[in-house]
Amino acid sequence: MTHVTLEMRHITKVFPGVKALDDVSIAVRRGDIHAICGENGAGKSTLMKVLSGVYPHGTYEGQIVLEGKHVEFRDLKASEHAGIVIIHQELALIPELSVTENIFLGNEVVRVGLIDWDEAHIRTLELLERVGLHIDPNLPIKALGVGQQQLVEIAKALSKDVRLLILDEPTSALNAEDSENLLNLLRGLKQRGLTSIMISHKLNEIAEIADAVTIIRDGVTVETLDVADEPLDEDRIIRGMVGRSLESRFPAHTPNIGEKFFEVRGWTVEDPHVAGRLVAKGSSFFVRRGEIVGFAGVMGAGRTELARSVFGRSYGIYRSGQIFIDGKAVSIPTVKSAISHGIAYVPEDRKTLGMNLLDTIRKTIVAAGLRKISHLSMIDEDAELIAAEEYRNSLRIKTPSVNEGVSKLSGGNQQKVVLGKWMFTEPEILILDEPTRGIDVGAKYEIYGLIQRLADAGKGVVVISSELPEVIGLCDRIYTVCEGRISGVVDHADADQEKLMRLMTTTTANAA
Amino acid sequence: MKSLRSLFGGDVRQFTMLGALVALLLFFQIMTGGKVLTPTNMVNLINGNSYVLILAIGMVMVIVVGHIDLSVGSVAAVTGIIVAMAIRDWGIPWWAGMLLGLFVGAAIGAWQGWWVAYVGIPGFITTLAGMMLFRGLNQFIGKSNSVPVPDEFQFIGAGYLGEWGPNTGLNNPTLLLGILAAVYVVWHEWQLRKKALRVGAQPQSYTIAGIRAGGLILIISYITYLFGSGRVGTSFPVPGLLLVGLVILYHVLTQRTVIGRHIFAVGGNRVAASLSGVSTKHTYFFVMMNMSILAAVAGMVFIGRSTASGPFDGNMWELDAIAAVFIGGAAVSGGIGTVTGSIIGGLVMATLNNGLQLMGVGSDRTQIIKGLVLLLAVAFDVYNKQQGKPSIIGLLFRNRSAPEDSVDGGAETPPNVDPRTAEVAVVGAEPTNVTAHEQHPSADAQDKEGRT
Repeated sequence: MTHVTLEMRHITKVFPGVKALDDVSIAVRRGDIHAICGENGAGKSTLMKVLSGVYPHGTYEGQIVLEGKHVEFRDLKASEHAGIVIIHQELALIPELSVTENIFLGNEVVRVGLIDWDEAHIRTLELLERVGLHIDPNLPIKALGVGQQQLVEIAKALSKDVRLLILDEPTSALNAEDSENLLNLLRGLKQRGLTSIMISHKLNEIAEIADAVTIIRDGVTVETLDVADEPLDEDRIIRGMVGRSLESRFPAHTPNIGEKFFEVRGWTVEDPHVAGRLVAKGSSFFVRRGEIVGFAGVMGAGRTELARSVFGRSYGIYRSGQIFIDGKAVSIPTVKSAISHGIAYVPEDRKTLGMNLLDTIRKTIVAAGLRKISHLSMIDEDAELIAAEEYRNSLRIKTPSVNEGVSKLSGGNQQKVVLGKWMFTEPEILILDEPTRGIDVGAKYEIYGLIQRLADAGKGVVVISSELPEVIGLCDRIYTVCEGRISGVVDHADADQEKLMRLMTTTTANAA
Repeated sequence: MKSLRSLFGGDVRQFTMLGALVALLLFFQIMTGGKVLTPTNMVNLINGNSYVLILAIGMVMVIVVGHIDLSVGSVAAVTGIIVAMAIRDWGIPWWAGMLLGLFVGAAIGAWQGWWVAYVGIPGFITTLAGMMLFRGLNQFIGKSNSVPVPDEFQFIGAGYLGEWGPNTGLNNPTLLLGILAAVYVVWHEWQLRKKALRVGAQPQSYTIAGIRAGGLILIISYITYLFGSGRVGTSFPVPGLLLVGLVILYHVLTQRTVIGRHIFAVGGNRVAASLSGVSTKHTYFFVMMNMSILAAVAGMVFIGRSTASGPFDGNMWELDAIAAVFIGGAAVSGGIGTVTGSIIGGLVMATLNNGLQLMGVGSDRTQIIKGLVLLLAVAFDVYNKQQGKPSIIGLLFRNRSAPEDSVDGGAETPPNVDPRTAEVAVVGAEPTNVTAHEQHPSADAQDKEGRT
């Protein structure tokens, strides 16, 4: 009964400067639900991209064996042809098109050059029946809830004669009831012999549903746990995921923490796209002067949403909550007023949210603080140049000239420019969203040093990070966020990865 | 090569285009046996194109911010007829008519700006509607008749600066302008030097500065001679002067002011701009309103030249203005473009028209040639940008072909575009590779502006 559907052997994938996967092997038995676990950035998605041909054969080392045959996929189309279908965390459905049109998009039912809509409808109804969705197939996707959309995605996968279904964070956007439905459906499909791979941060779900779990850490397979050998439980998985020591990746630092000066109480925000879904649920937190406060949580927990909402309500629909600065309640309805209240937000995705890639370094650094270098709306170019040179020196931005375009800089240097841009606004509190994402170890060390310097200058610094070692190594106090709620707060001295991971992933247990 | 760069102050691109313009002028000068570079022809060229060039100034700002304005010809026409009828029927003085014209432009601009900025209708649609609406309004108000304007209007549409002072063999006002321009060139070089010393940089060698200043003064002298040596009573034309004034004003506005920075910021990356505290709505509103005011100015210059306002004034001007902007190096996706580049682009088109006409080439072949020039100029630009120069087009291509940076950045991001963010990309200025890292926080800050 141990027939193996898929085997990936010794997969190594190297990006310029980083080894994303190092000799990863995984074997998936037919009819199993096989979970892959690991921290953000551990390499799970990269592995799936290798499998599905997004990274074509030849760009990685190692072999993929599907049903006993070696396969070499050139692209996504080739892997789909072989029966591997991947469903991404962000759904790939087209909101304006109907359920039928979406299901057969790129795979239309064609007879003599024309689409046979009758046949397509009949097949759609069959597929919807299989996933237990009773809706009119003519409805546009945008009329469905996220949970139903997820089921349509699965129906779409089933339409392609799927042999191996890969689900990337299938329940991260779903509420408890929809998640439960989805898990039941997966169980049902399994009973009919479908093999699936599931990537998830929700360890309770994995423990409930998976037959085997492969744990990946830093691009290396740590172990594969099998239900047959021992029952899966969350603690066991967590131990596998985090089992690594904190190296001296952080500059030595003695915090000098002052009084509480920034506080948010009962902050509640609604998703701008999904009515009724709250991305922050009555969140309260505070920051003291000179303190580095961490926000830990899995992807989709709502950390970024919370931060951006606090930053001049630049995300979502504000429902309730108050901000206090130095004990006084303040209203901060726009980004402009957030900046003038001394709040800075350095976004996680510096290329799309942090700066204008067409600009030069010098224009970027002053972009959020133009009022400081202008008189009667006229920009003082000397002051601009002086400011840019100052940050270039103090942040050690490596560039031949501040007149270079920011698009030419490396990730680490771009991050420094964006940090400089916000330091130039002279903030009292800086919210740094994934400040070290996508930059190399050396640059990370420098960024950590900068963050500590900011704290030592009496600023409050909030660091949102998906990397637990970073949060633990850098922060004086850590809030954990889970499904829009602040699920716990841990002091630096008491923080360890297992504790945080538990707070980040257990939803109901802790809230009750 | 390096010294060539420093000769042009680092801005090789604009000088390449200027070079192309000069080459074109010389080409036609030879092909027509010297009919192009004559005072009369040059005055005609400027007077006959000043209104399109004035439109190009506003248009480049609209295109940089990520929109387009198709209504400028109709706005110019409706302004013309209102001004002409107000002067004829209400008997207001000509200067009050001009003020009224500016007011009409501002009112129309506020209307269009409101739809674009506060209702969120793309500029393309708003101004397509405006194109029909204001054309119809022009013909409704004027009952499709031509209405004459007083002689004073001819001064701004086709006027000269007059003669005074001693006989220098040249037109004195033109000579004075030439001298002022030359003095400015020298003063500017001096300022560059002072500034370099002030910020502790190495100033350019006297040779390079001298060659550059000398070259510019030579060009200025020639232009001065060309326009100053025409028929007695002619000078550098008044519309040209108005144009130069507006170019300087808007060059400063776009390059040196806060609103100018905001225009480029919003056009380059709207979400990043709004997360930096820039109000995209105010920026859109300003740009659209400004465009209509300039269209009103262009309309008044035109009726001054043609001595009357008619029902078909301004037909197709928008397309000439847009072509000028793109030949002048603006990016279709926004964020890139300069006022001076657009003026040069407009002059290239004008020179082509003029030269081909003087060569006796029919309007059929002229159109074909102009179309190809537009296509090739932009293709050249796109090609250049794909060679690693910063441009949105180049970036999009790069991101599509290669998965980006390292594990941390790339690993958790699926390659597909989140449909929810793709929705907003309709506006055109959006970098479409915005994928949500954590849930969907990429929904732009605009959302909240609409709701609070």
